[in-house]
Amino acid sequence: MAEERRGPMGRPPRGMRGTAPKLEHPWKILGRLMGLLFQKYGIHMVLVCICIFVSVFANVQGTLFTRSLIDDYITPLMGTEAPDFGPLAAAIGRVALFYGIGVAAALAQSMLMAFATQGFLRDLRTQVFEHMETLPIRYFDTHAHGDIMSVYTNDIDTLRQMISQSLPQILNSTITIVSVFVSMLILSVPLTAVSLAMVALMIFLTTKATKISGRNFVSQQSDLGRLNGFIEETMEGEKVVKVFNHEPQTTEEFNRLNEELCRSAYRANAFSNVVGPINAQLSNASYVVCAIVGGAMALNTFAGFTVGALASFLTFNKSFGMPINQLSMQLNAVVMALAGADRIFRLLDEKPEEDEGYVTLVNAKEQDGKLTETNEHTGRWAWKHYHKDTDTTDYKALEGDVVFEDVTFGYNPDKVILHDISLHARPGEKVALVGSTGAGKTTITNLINRFYDIQEGKIRYDGINIGKIRKDDLRRSLGIVLQDTHLFTGTVRDNIRYGKLDATEEEILAAARLANADGFIRRLPDGYDTMLTGDGSNLSQGQRQLLAIARAAVADPPVLILDEATSSIDTRTEKLVQDGMDRLMAGRTTFVIAHRLSTIRNSDMILVLEQGQIIERGNHEQLLAKKGRYYQLYTGMKADGAQ
Amino acid sequence: MVGTIAKQIKEYKAPAIATPCMMIGEVVAEMTIPVLMGRIVDEGIYGGSMDFIVHTGIIMLAVALLGLLCGVGGAVFGAKASTGLAKNLRKAMNDNIQRFSFSNIDHFSTSSLVTRLTTDTTNIQNAFQMILRMAMRAPASIIVAMIMAFSISARLSSVYLFAVIVLGTVIFFVSRSTMKYFKAVFEKYDALNASVQENVNAIRVVKAYVREDYEIGKFRKAAMNIYLMFLQAELRMAVMGPVMQAAVYSSILTISWLGAKMIVTSELTTGSLMSLLTYCMNILMSLMMLTFVIVMITMSAASARRIAEVIEEEPELKNPENPVMVIPDGSVVFDHVDFRYNVKGEGEAVLKDVNFSVKSGESIGVIGATGSAKSTLVSLISRLYDVTGGSVMVGGRDVREYDMTALRDAVSVVLQKNVLFSGTIYDNLRWGDKDATDGECRRACDLACASEFIEKMPDGYNTMISQGGTNVSGGQKQRLCIARALLKKPKILILDDSTSAVDTATDAKIRQAFREEIPDTTKFIIAQRVSSVEDCDRIIVMNDGRIDGFDTPENLLKTNTIYREIYDSQKGIGGDGDFDEKK
Repeated sequence: MAEERRGPMGRPPRGMRGTAPKLEHPWKILGRLMGLLFQKYGIHMVLVCICIFVSVFANVQGTLFTRSLIDDYITPLMGTEAPDFGPLAAAIGRVALFYGIGVAAALAQSMLMAFATQGFLRDLRTQVFEHMETLPIRYFDTHAHGDIMSVYTNDIDTLRQMISQSLPQILNSTITIVSVFVSMLILSVPLTAVSLAMVALMIFLTTKATKISGRNFVSQQSDLGRLNGFIEETMEGEKVVKVFNHEPQTTEEFNRLNEELCRSAYRANAFSNVVGPINAQLSNASYVVCAIVGGAMALNTFAGFTVGALASFLTFNKSFGMPINQLSMQLNAVVMALAGADRIFRLLDEKPEEDEGYVTLVNAKEQDGKLTETNEHTGRWAWKHYHKDTDTTDYKALEGDVVFEDVTFGYNPDKVILHDISLHARPGEKVALVGSTGAGKTTITNLINRFYDIQEGKIRYDGINIGKIRKDDLRRSLGIVLQDTHLFTGTVRDNIRYGKLDATEEEILAAARLANADGFIRRLPDGYDTMLTGDGSNLSQGQRQLLAIARAAVADPPVLILDEATSSIDTRTEKLVQDGMDRLMAGRTTFVIAHRLSTIRNSDMILVLEQGQIIERGNHEQLLAKKGRYYQLYTGMKADGAQ
Repeated sequence: MVGTIAKQIKEYKAPAIATPCMMIGEVVAEMTIPVLMGRIVDEGIYGGSMDFIVHTGIIMLAVALLGLLCGVGGAVFGAKASTGLAKNLRKAMNDNIQRFSFSNIDHFSTSSLVTRLTTDTTNIQNAFQMILRMAMRAPASIIVAMIMAFSISARLSSVYLFAVIVLGTVIFFVSRSTMKYFKAVFEKYDALNASVQENVNAIRVVKAYVREDYEIGKFRKAAMNIYLMFLQAELRMAVMGPVMQAAVYSSILTISWLGAKMIVTSELTTGSLMSLLTYCMNILMSLMMLTFVIVMITMSAASARRIAEVIEEEPELKNPENPVMVIPDGSVVFDHVDFRYNVKGEGEAVLKDVNFSVKSGESIGVIGATGSAKSTLVSLISRLYDVTGGSVMVGGRDVREYDMTALRDAVSVVLQKNVLFSGTIYDNLRWGDKDATDGECRRACDLACASEFIEKMPDGYNTMISQGGTNVSGGQKQRLCIARALLKKPKILILDDSTSAVDTATDAKIRQAFREEIPDTTKFIIAQRVSSVEDCDRIIVMNDGRIDGFDTPENLLKTNTIYREIYDSQKGIGGDGDFDEKK
């Protein structure tokens, strides 16, 4: 998984110009994004705008000064006997003041932007995460985890670049273009027309080159994707390559893909590199043309055009092309960022898990033979059930009685996975689910805790329809130990405490002992304070399972859902895991996806599932006597029906 | 490190040298232009000569054209050289990786090899292009602009020198401290993303324990930390632009003031003053560019080092001088074998004084707890690793005397962590024997009990296997891997826990097929399940790197405590056999 993550900044490939994905409603997305930004950082943004105005204005003042420097100050002084530099000094002082304000504004702008961008990203990141936590399991089951991750690693990051760099740049470029354009117009309308014509040519050529390079970038990306895919596959299987002496074939294919990538990468890079020099020299050509035309005008004093004005105009002309180029580049960055924003918003627009439940789980105590609610931690729990029609509240003890009544379910409504499942697990009973892969065993466990909602039938928990129970309380009353063990970054103790956040040290130790985890934990370098990282990758599969059992034990739920998985553990650890599981199951209503004979044999009820239906039920002896599917599975006579 | 990388430029030396030359040409053209511009203003405009304007204008256009040619040349050659270098680097790495031994691969780990071949190489490609195009250009630009400026007026140009020094120092220190902060930020950022990943993967646990709010609390804290650190970094960055502006502005003002005085006393022309102001921008822009290049180079240094490591890694195993090409039979002898994964003989011994001898055609089970070195034991037979003491003999000769390819063709290993490749089932099977006929492939699948599910697939043997074999179940994958290994027609077949996901009955059928169809092949079967090995001729019981027992299953049951313990736990009364197929 780790390698799926891109670098810290998820650096999007540079020079992806022209390959920006098509968006359906770019303006809408931009609007929503700006709405979010201005909602909280409106003042920042307004101040930033003002700062940009000020600094651009100061800059233009400076350029205008070049004209007055020559025309108003230097030319009159030339040839004077005792030149008076006073006015010049004053003018320079004035411009220095402008510049000073400009620099201060620029500084303020970047600092404000830093606050706004980082604050905005922090809020957005938190908002996305908070929303993600509310999404139903279905969302995570139907979206590739890599795609969800890329919202955090790539999309939010492209936004950072867009907000902190592109936005101010665009604003700056636009203001610069407008003010330079106006200044040029003031200096000379005809010359401005000449200059505009050159800019048009420049834009035309740039778009042309960008298009070609964009096409080449697309083929570079696909060649790169192909080579990377091949690399991932062969490196993953490199040991197999060696065992089969497959090195020559692998190398041959690698070289072929490598050559292809080199060709397309060369073309893509060459074309995008060329844009720069072309623009630079075009702007020089524009300078020459303006100089010739302007020179002719100035020499003939056409419409009062002065030499100084020409000098200024030429400077403006030079600073005209740059922001236009900037603008086109930044616009591309914005489109890319908007694609990311679109994905972010789509995640934010996902519907959170709904919960109409109103029956809650409360601490209870018995008073005069009747259950009542209390604030103390009594260790006893009760369902608080308010009946609207009679306006009464009654309390029902939490016992762990689970009933399925004709439950039908499919992950999507067209494809039914479970048909008419009915069962009754009384408090403390153990129900074993057996059957081949894909028979629907795991699906049943997804329904009790309402990871998914059933389409037909009813599930009752202590006699209450689970649809009426608040999801949080329902889940709190259920313990789950899944086949894939997931641990969290933190100490071993933190991971056990995950089952009950306010667990005391004694409770944690007791849970670890019950799960048979205490022994190995004590042998870890820092015992219970050993840090686990990367999903507990420093522990063995068996040890991780032991921790998961301890985590469930500390929560001490009346109902347990257990997915026994014993592969890839050596026999001794397996024994520990099994003992732990057995102890955990004792005295609880347990639904277990069973793999071991001992579990199955000890079960109060065995359900044999086949293609979403219960085809046999009963205890071990009854089922054996039946000589049906269970008997076949047990004796292993009929091979491989599972496949 | 730089040498290793530079050596891979190879056939791209010409463009690699041409690029900076072109860039210098572009710089010269770019620098000549302000002079020409100045002369147009001075002699043309102020001198009132239209002829001169047109004349110089044409020269300027010619220079611009030259600049264009050089610029385009630099662009194209730069792309050629850098993409070429990337290609050669990838090739050099891949060539060496194909020579790697298992211990070399262990040393690097798969994901890090992938990163080195992909991300790191791209980083170097970009950095190299940057170096070729900018690293020469920026200093050249500064130097040429300085020379030009000094030739116009040494007195005025000293202002630039001053500005460059001041600005350079500021940029250097600011970027150094900013980099430090950014590095710290990225680490935190990585940690944050890792915890999100953790949450996404473990969402069932989070929801089952109703820990959404708890996780949100953790995330908020982490996000806040990142915010504070990022802010520190960005606030430092924020100073850069304004400082640069301040330097440009004060240079312009100083030059204007001093220049004006010189013009009045006719020491300087107005045109020259304008050229000087242009150079001012040029110099300071190049300085910024130079900083950027330096940052780029520092950032890519880590990538370069990682790539060089792969290219320079010495393959641990070497073919002997005069290799024996024929493996006579499938007998195996371990003679006082010691083994450590660390070649230098440090670290814990994994195998200690292992002695046993197996006749050709025997079937041998290997059983023992995880970490008892079962896999290590068998991996020495096909010389995936070399022993650190004693010797391993196959067919009566030390494995180190054989040609490695010949040895591995004769010894077929089904690895514990096995992999199928994207392609059809036929393609995958033919890894075992590229000339195998369809019939031979089917036959191997029959033996491995794979044909029954293959034939049920819509495209049968032409079914496409997706990358990593994700479209077949664990048990199916294992059976395909066995079939693939059988196609080699090996003298020795090693199954390293290769039927763990296959149900017991099928497992038994596969072993029966082995017994009947390939009786002359020596078979080593590593398993967790007693049932997988109990019909072997003899069983090796491994314990902590030593052989604890080596005998027939019946005898072991009587004499060996470990074996009996395992047997009882799985088979005995009240024991826990496997019920259904494991996934």
